[in-house]
Amino acid sequence: MEKLNTNKHISGQFNAELEDIRNRVLAMGGLVERQLEQSLDALAGLDADLARTVIEGDHKVNGMEVAIDEECTRIIAKRQPAASDLRLIITISKTISDLERIGDACVRIAKAAVDKRAKSQEPLLVSIESMGRHATRTLHATLDALARMDVEKAFALHKEDAKLDREYEGIIRQLMTYMMEDPRSIPGVLDVLWAARAVERVGDRCKNICEYIIYYVKGKDVRHTSYEEMEKDIIN
Amino acid sequence: MISIDRTANQLQTVDLANLPAQDTALEIRNLDLSYADKQALFDVSMKIPKKQVTAFIGPSGCGKSTLLRCINRMNDLVDTCKIGGEILLHGQNIYDKKVDVASLRRNVGMVFQRPNPFPKSIYENVVYGLRLQGLNNRRELDEAAERSLRGAAIWDEVKDRLHDNAFGLSGGQQQRLVIARAIAIEPEVLLLDEPTSALDPISTLTIEELITELKEKYTVVIVTHNMQQAARVSDQTAFMYMGELVEYANTNTIFTTPKKRKTEDYITGRYG
Repeated sequence: MEKLNTNKHISGQFNAELEDIRNRVLAMGGLVERQLEQSLDALAGLDADLARTVIEGDHKVNGMEVAIDEECTRIIAKRQPAASDLRLIITISKTISDLERIGDACVRIAKAAVDKRAKSQEPLLVSIESMGRHATRTLHATLDALARMDVEKAFALHKEDAKLDREYEGIIRQLMTYMMEDPRSIPGVLDVLWAARAVERVGDRCKNICEYIIYYVKGKDVRHTSYEEMEKDIIN
Repeated sequence: MISIDRTANQLQTVDLANLPAQDTALEIRNLDLSYADKQALFDVSMKIPKKQVTAFIGPSGCGKSTLLRCINRMNDLVDTCKIGGEILLHGQNIYDKKVDVASLRRNVGMVFQRPNPFPKSIYENVVYGLRLQGLNNRRELDEAAERSLRGAAIWDEVKDRLHDNAFGLSGGQQQRLVIARAIAIEPEVLLLDEPTSALDPISTLTIEELITELKEKYTVVIVTHNMQQAARVSDQTAFMYMGELVEYANTNTIFTTPKKRKTEDYITGRYG
């Protein structure tokens, strides 16, 4: 099918409503991206103030999710969208819930930055940073693919999540050696582990968003399918 | 990665392209139709599955009503109308010279946009077709009337006033009475030409509910302007545009992932 357009409806008001929620999702994505960057900055610099800003900022993310969700419900009730319009609403509704969860992951990372126990493991926290920056780049690219509804990019990003997973495994191995060396470090190391886990989850959430992008553009639900099947769906 | 089993989740869909003969109620083959020198249908081919609801949608003047009217040869009444191609019912072309139009219409009943009861009692309206067929046994007629009125989901509303004039009924009731009249002679196929466009939303829902019940016994073909109605009641949807069949597929597919751009534009309310 040719490129999908959200505009060009006979109802100009409907165009405006769709355009509006699209913009709001992208704004929410921007906010979440900033939260993630700041939470990682806070962790790298053990900056408790910045971490608190992130923790407090999460309610904005939550508020946006609720507001966009409400708007989606209203559009469904008023417009009974079909085909690509319907898929757009579903995509948005699912995307914002993943974005909200990324927001929660940011809070978890920020909490590690203010946590005294975790602080005692400073060198370990630094090891999360490079993985964290990787996750930030992934999120940025995912939001970019979402803005353009770029299905090829979404597919490529989906495949790339495996790299982040490997980095996470590496960190786990590292953390385990620390715990084995000195059992007294376990509480602190566990806190670091939660933060690493939160970063890894960001990648998974981005992967979900990529699946929604493919669903919107191609009309195929590619969740829980192999890459070969996915590729087939995307090419067709 | 192990893929999840999606078959359990999938709705039963009919493979329209390879519909076996025993499941096909009607087959339209390369149908062309023109009124004087204006061609209204271009090479329409489709198979309509048995005991399912098939909806024709499309903008005004796209040929959907014309196509519907071809199925019981209503277009014969138009002098300038020329038809090419065939429509097969039980493997026989209904446009064959040997076919008796009256008996075809007994098999293929039709209900129109505006309810058109006869100026008679409710009872007489329902048994009219049976009387025409020569049935006069009072008990049989009573049984048929009750069965048809029940089948059209109007029995409870009229059972105490069967001999009142049908014009005393509301629009929605009249439409259901007309459906009762159509099913009294037990046709195989019921053609509904925008059956709810003159009705209020509640009567519309009653008729829609009825359509879903009717498909237990009959093959229903419905023309509707209301896309949501097609989405709600039909199993298959055919989208027509400028006399051509653009896309014909399972209703779920048409309303979530149509294949053609024109269909997409129409059902999402975009400029064509």
